[in-house]
Amino acid sequence: MVTMRYSLASLLANAVTGNRYWKPIWREPEPKPSYDVVIVGGGGHGLATAHYLAKEHGITNVAVVEKSYLGSGNVGRNTTIVRSNYLLPGNLPFYEWSMKLWEGLEQDLNYNTMVSQRGVLNVFHSDPQRDAYARRGNAMRLNGVDAELLDREQVRALVPFVDFDNARFPIRGGLLQPRGGTVRHDAVAWGYARAADSRGVDIIQNCAATGFRIENGRILGVETEKGFIGAKKVALTCAGNSTRVASMAGLRLPIESHSVQAFVTEGVKPLIDVVMTFGAGHFYVSQSDKGGLVFGGDIEGYNSYAQRGNLPVIEDVCEGGMALMPVIGRLRILRSWGGLLDMTMDGSPIIDLTPIQGLYLNAGWCYGGFKATPASGFCFAHLIAKGEPHKLAAAYRLDRFASGRVIDEKGMGAQPNLH
Amino acid sequence: MRIKCPYCGERALEEFTYRGDATVTRPKSLDPAAADAWVDYVYLRDNPSGLHKEYWHHSAGCHSWLVVTRNMSTHEIVSVEFAGKGDSQ
Repeated sequence: MVTMRYSLASLLANAVTGNRYWKPIWREPEPKPSYDVVIVGGGGHGLATAHYLAKEHGITNVAVVEKSYLGSGNVGRNTTIVRSNYLLPGNLPFYEWSMKLWEGLEQDLNYNTMVSQRGVLNVFHSDPQRDAYARRGNAMRLNGVDAELLDREQVRALVPFVDFDNARFPIRGGLLQPRGGTVRHDAVAWGYARAADSRGVDIIQNCAATGFRIENGRILGVETEKGFIGAKKVALTCAGNSTRVASMAGLRLPIESHSVQAFVTEGVKPLIDVVMTFGAGHFYVSQSDKGGLVFGGDIEGYNSYAQRGNLPVIEDVCEGGMALMPVIGRLRILRSWGGLLDMTMDGSPIIDLTPIQGLYLNAGWCYGGFKATPASGFCFAHLIAKGEPHKLAAAYRLDRFASGRVIDEKGMGAQPNLH
Repeated sequence: MRIKCPYCGERALEEFTYRGDATVTRPKSLDPAAADAWVDYVYLRDNPSGLHKEYWHHSAGCHSWLVVTRNMSTHEIVSVEFAGKGDSQ
């Protein structure tokens, strides 16, 4: 199939012919008996990995097997925020590279992913918190990331409706990353799928992996619902289910599965044109193009595979929202849903080789995997193609827990529900 | 989700604090040769999608440590017992 290139001319031509001639944007092939690389998990990271394998390394004899439909998992369940306001050396350059890839993504994929660099604002409420954010902002600037420390009046210019004089949590200022923002998440899955497919990658939906064939410590292929698929290399991108899938290869990981909820309200007129986080509790919010406020907060705090949460967190998130912006008090919540997280023991991801030859692991994205999608795919493709880590992801080793080189942004220790 | 504390009866989730997997065993040896066992204990988890034994603290109640057996996919609680009968923690 020849993929149609989108342009103003293609839009106009299809508009005047009544939109009757649009074609499916990826094929639906049956799996071949074997591939050079089989990627298990057709979420954002798996599809991005397939795209960069094909584009950067010329490896196109690739299949992506997905247990459900594209966009059914975490790539369609997150709150669409992208940012690179990290603190630690292992994380900052990686997430900044991701930010740069977001900035060029639509041109790279020839697909409208609605990248909106509206700014990410973290407000603070006390002098010690200002110091902490100043330190973070300085770490960002030392790594070439944009960061601005705003005083109270500068924050007021951006978000005049927030409760500056809350008796308990008055707003003293904020840390702004102007290049941060939002990206339409399901378009990311579709755009990467279309780009990978157009280079010859087979995307096989509704085809769960059920096991691995391993002989003498070397991977031979993947058992799936559509039969055995041979592979020289197998790459796992199934965050949320990483431990379950890796256990089929006999691996035990430093990961627990947890749930986090997200919410969307009824649509309202334009209210907030940045992504904003509350500094005194866990609440973050942005406004979708349809007008709904998209917001979320803490993870549920206990292991779960249920893709849903419970009421105490909903109450906590809404209390945070009301403390920050009482203006939303009469808004009705349309929907809430849960996503399934790989929570690692230090809150940072894993992109590494495994003890099984030919089996590669991309896992542990905690609740922050969406923003990492392009860099994760880019660095994972490098690892699979070259057999050695990309320098930007070299810290995301599987053995860092045993060697003590953990990357713990929050300093919480080996307690996944606290990261 | 509500947890039936053996001492206090059924109480709301907010009264409890989660600790994590109750099946891992703290190694007795401090010998450097036991490092692998310590890595297993501190970091590695089975993380099953079915029944999971886990520690909860009734922190806004009787302060008992509990071992709850819960289904990870449905949140159904199968049993709740007092912890501390074994030697795992």
